[in-house]
Amino acid sequence: MLGNGKRDAASAGSRAVQVAFLVGLLLLWYVATNYWGVSHLLLPEPVQVFWQFVDIIKTGEYIDDLKVTLGELATAFAVSCTTGVTLGYLISRSQYLIRVFEPLFAGIYAIPIILFLPLYVLMFGLGPMSKVALGTTISFFPIVLSTIAGFGYVERTYIVSARSMGASEYQLFRYVLLPAALPVILTGMRMGFTVALLSIIGSETIASLAGLGHRIVHLAEGMDMARMFAYIAFVVAIAAILNTVVSSLEAGGRRR
Amino acid sequence: MRRWPAIKRYMLRHPGVARLGVVIVLFVIWEIAARWFIDPLFMSPPSSVLVSLPQMFEISGVPGALRITFWELAVAFAMSVAIGLAVGLAVGLQPFSRRSFMPIVLLLYGTPQVTILPLFILFFGIGPASKIAFGVSHGIFPIIVTIVAGVQNLKPILLTSAKSMGANRWQAFRYVIFPHMIPSFFTGMRLGMTGVLLGVLLAELYVSTAGIGYFTTLFTQNFEPDNLLGLIATLAAMAIILNELVRRAENHFARWRD
Repeated sequence: MLGNGKRDAASAGSRAVQVAFLVGLLLLWYVATNYWGVSHLLLPEPVQVFWQFVDIIKTGEYIDDLKVTLGELATAFAVSCTTGVTLGYLISRSQYLIRVFEPLFAGIYAIPIILFLPLYVLMFGLGPMSKVALGTTISFFPIVLSTIAGFGYVERTYIVSARSMGASEYQLFRYVLLPAALPVILTGMRMGFTVALLSIIGSETIASLAGLGHRIVHLAEGMDMARMFAYIAFVVAIAAILNTVVSSLEAGGRRR
Repeated sequence: MRRWPAIKRYMLRHPGVARLGVVIVLFVIWEIAARWFIDPLFMSPPSSVLVSLPQMFEISGVPGALRITFWELAVAFAMSVAIGLAVGLAVGLQPFSRRSFMPIVLLLYGTPQVTILPLFILFFGIGPASKIAFGVSHGIFPIIVTIVAGVQNLKPILLTSAKSMGANRWQAFRYVIFPHMIPSFFTGMRLGMTGVLLGVLLAELYVSTAGIGYFTTLFTQNFEPDNLLGLIATLAAMAIILNELVRRAENHFARWRD
């Protein structure tokens, strides 16, 4: 076993390696663009990217695109949560229905759902509707599958003992089923949220009129590389913030 | 009427039959909706998709496009497995490098790579190279993560006893680490295949000169839902077959433990 001091030293060492790695990467980027003559059309200069980033935040021009993307995400996630949890709960009430529907959903989940995008674009147009449809479809499956798993595989003993102690249907749901199922459902919701965010930004990249993904493509086509890198950093930051918020909500929900 | 209980009992004993029934009902609803209620420019019934499937394959370029996409998937998958295995072993076998580089791998795994899709096109062009590169960028991380997890779970006592019996590094790898890694290696391959499919198809749909992305755009713009649905169904079948192959392999090679 490592002593405490030794372990601290080891973790400080790996921290140092991580920091050195990231700093080295930035330094390499700086040197490559400034001294080795890598074309700025392929790789913009890091300092310039930083100032573009500051400019984007200061002028607030991201707000419209951010609103579009977040609106699509919120709609898609709300629809898939409602339908996924409701359907999952109804199916989980019977072992037979679980055996009928669970393999069906799992089977469809194995198809890369991004394939539906051209179809949705054809049916719903280039606007936000096609993104909402894709985000909903893609996040529906993890949510419904985890709801089925959460409600469907509650330990029989708990249900039987609650019933024998005279629990009503509501009490059974509130004090036995829900606490047992909630952590699993929350995990499914987090997975659904992550893939919905990914697919919405992805579909904005592929075919859209507005949104953060659309903005990045627009700048790429205009060869405005520094600003495009700044926007990429912005989107990655937004995604990181959203995922952190959702993960901590999940952790909070699990603890209760 | 007396036959009903028998049928009910049969259905109860065979959920698979009921599942098939659900699928058939869904297709019938689709057929009815598309035939009588939805504008045929936007949606077509499954029967006419099926009928026009052979015609779609005769459109010049479609078989070639499917072949290119399949080839992109295969190359991207092979590269993801090779690179993922090498990086996973390099990161996972040493506790220090695992602690140092694993957070970086997880950080990269967690960032939405779709945002840099336009960059892949700029760096690698609009041909197959950019699709392969983007597929690799999606497939490599789950493989690294599962390989590291698999190596990490190795009980130290196994390595210690192998060493005490005089095994050299290669023997320790071949007879202790490698068999232990196999199940998680195949799990990683399955997750990697999902990632590769996503990455390659995303890049194909984004921009494509000869692959399937070109034809999905063409069919969408010409309002040919028959061909579009046929192409999507073909690709979905391709994806299901690839996933199933990797899943079979996983089940086969994960068995030795039980």
